[in-house]
Amino acid sequence: MKKRSALISIVTVLIMSLVFTACGNPSDSKTETQQLGANAGENATELSFWTFVDLHGKHLDKMLGLWNQQNPDKQIKLNVTVMPYDDMHNKLLLAVTSGKGAPDIADIELGQFPKFLEGDNVPLESLNDVFAPYKDVVVPSRVEIYSKADQVYGFDYHVGATLAFYNTEILEQAGVDYKTIKTWEDYKQAGIKVYEKTGKYLGTADTSATWQASLLLAQQNADFTDENGNPKVNSPEMIKAYEMLVDLQKNNVIHTIPGGQPDTEEAKGEYNKGNYASALMPEWYMSRFVNEMKDLKGKYAIAPLPVFEEGNPRSVGLGGTGTVVTKNGKDVQLAKEFVAFAKLSKEATTEIWNTLGFDPINMEVWKDDAVTKNPDNEYVQYFKTNAFDTLNEIKDEIQAIKSVKASPTISNVFNTVTLNAIFEDGQDVKEALDEAQAAIEQELK
Amino acid sequence: MIKKFVYSQKVAPYVFVLPFILIFLIFWFYPLVNSFVMSFQDKMLGQDPKWIGEANYSKLLTDKVFLTAIKNSVVYMLGTLVLLIPFPMLFAVMINSKLMMGREFFKSSFFLPALTSVAVAGTIFRLTFGEMEGSLMNSFLGLFGVEPIKFLKDGEWSMAALLILACWRWTGVNMLYYLSSLKSIDNEYYEAASIDGASAWQKFRTITMPLLKPTTVYVTTISVYAGLAMFTESLMMFNGNNSPKNIGLTIVGFLYRQGIEKNKLGYAAAVGIILLVIAMVINLTQLKFSGMFKKEED
Repeated sequence: MKKRSALISIVTVLIMSLVFTACGNPSDSKTETQQLGANAGENATELSFWTFVDLHGKHLDKMLGLWNQQNPDKQIKLNVTVMPYDDMHNKLLLAVTSGKGAPDIADIELGQFPKFLEGDNVPLESLNDVFAPYKDVVVPSRVEIYSKADQVYGFDYHVGATLAFYNTEILEQAGVDYKTIKTWEDYKQAGIKVYEKTGKYLGTADTSATWQASLLLAQQNADFTDENGNPKVNSPEMIKAYEMLVDLQKNNVIHTIPGGQPDTEEAKGEYNKGNYASALMPEWYMSRFVNEMKDLKGKYAIAPLPVFEEGNPRSVGLGGTGTVVTKNGKDVQLAKEFVAFAKLSKEATTEIWNTLGFDPINMEVWKDDAVTKNPDNEYVQYFKTNAFDTLNEIKDEIQAIKSVKASPTISNVFNTVTLNAIFEDGQDVKEALDEAQAAIEQELK
Repeated sequence: MIKKFVYSQKVAPYVFVLPFILIFLIFWFYPLVNSFVMSFQDKMLGQDPKWIGEANYSKLLTDKVFLTAIKNSVVYMLGTLVLLIPFPMLFAVMINSKLMMGREFFKSSFFLPALTSVAVAGTIFRLTFGEMEGSLMNSFLGLFGVEPIKFLKDGEWSMAALLILACWRWTGVNMLYYLSSLKSIDNEYYEAASIDGASAWQKFRTITMPLLKPTTVYVTTISVYAGLAMFTESLMMFNGNNSPKNIGLTIVGFLYRQGIEKNKLGYAAAVGIILLVIAMVINLTQLKFSGMFKKEED
């Protein structure tokens, strides 16, 4: 009897230890705080920074090293906390609106930004004074998206110019040259060949993100909202966009992907396996290739997006993260100066490309071949073509999609209901978009 | 004087119930009244509230997403009642039987999932029910030549996945309630029944089930509340509060979306009040029909 209970105890302890080990590493909900600024002196001011992207912390670490060197009297130590996307935004919104517990500096994703600008008492610091020296060298539209009533509240990491990334290995097997893909019709014909010859899909039908809608609207000079910020998601342009995508889906050119869009764990697994031959994504997606799809090194080429008709704008700036300074910080002015230095200076934008692989909003770097074509750079090494060759080719065609009060609701309705209804259930495009318009209007009432 | 006060028979009962009264007032009654007031306001953190009357309630009644959330929560709650009352009762009777081998082992195995964090369990179930060919369920089905299923994009499959998760987590807990209740049944009843020639089924139906009734009522009451208030499981299973076509959205998920994600606290408060009303109506009805309000006979 004793032996038996001892055995049971051992088994139980083993199982329990397994369970509790698992509890220690829940990969999707990890929150880590780390102190940066190793070269800061004892009198350095301690600031806190919340972000949802681990790599952003690494960039700030490099910038902090430079800042502390250049400003011995204003040195900083930065406590960086990385949290999951939803978690961080929800906590931050509660903290800044209640005035308690907010960090000094934080990253806010573009789609979430309007929530922080609602009402009369914006809980973020205006960055106008520290922005002034950089006003002429940054892309204006990337600052406007984080502004309200002439006040700038956030600085972005990148322009997010949308590009086409093609897996040349798969395309060559199908006898397709990606350079010949200029229009959506070319893309369709190429996709039909790819599916026939290899059984793989050329692209994705996204059910949990609106990147595709954004780029197709931008190519028609349209938007999700009208000039007053009211939703208009059943517009003729939107119907044209989704009818084209449904046509591509019916011809096996594009297909829904696990995870619902290219920038998810499951989807990157599918890309790694070579089941999809192209991604039409913002430039920052390059960092996902380099860091999370290492098997594909040397296979991908970068080109401008296909368009409806030649002459349409071939890119749109998508996604974005504004770094903000909150109102209740310890040393607001110091935080503001550091954020401007870390995001807008020439040193910063060079590092943004080197560390993060992003297309920085300070355009001086775009022309600097020593930086953009540095053979030691891992982003240069990974891709068959140089991103800045394409970026400089399309730099005057990069459109902007507005982020307004209605935007979070629009993406919520699209990403949960509408896109699944269209691509998974085959609902008629016009009907699905009419329903989306009604649902968004009801929600915004 | 103090001694007299403390030893006073009139005062003592009040002193003993005071902690409960205080907790009730501070953590239940005050927030409830506050929520009720807030549900008539357009309130956002950081902004001044505006009084808007019953507008939040009338908007809720026409909000299709809210109706979807209610439907999901109610279906889930009914599912848990159907699965998490009879089966744990049956398992408890089996484990309580003298014929059962490895009783302690089964008891701890059943109870173990309740100790696992919901975050971990939800994440594991999300991967198990993933839509990729390589996910556990699809690999298993693949052995029988079944095409991969998009479990978490289909309303019925995802509800099934949520119910499987609930059963995995809570069977052991409910089983323990029944086990402790079974221990208190006097063996003499069974001996008497055996002498009268009653079969095992007759003993279960006429002795065990009726004597387990108070436990069944208790388990039903907490299951109704837990089913209607489910949120974390769905959040982890769908990797966030936004599931395809809102198939995993629950009432609390909708409350969280409005109150925390969108900072519409007034609207969220109205959702909370409606949840309270639904849970109270179901539970009071259930308690009334199970005779819990009748005075016990001497």
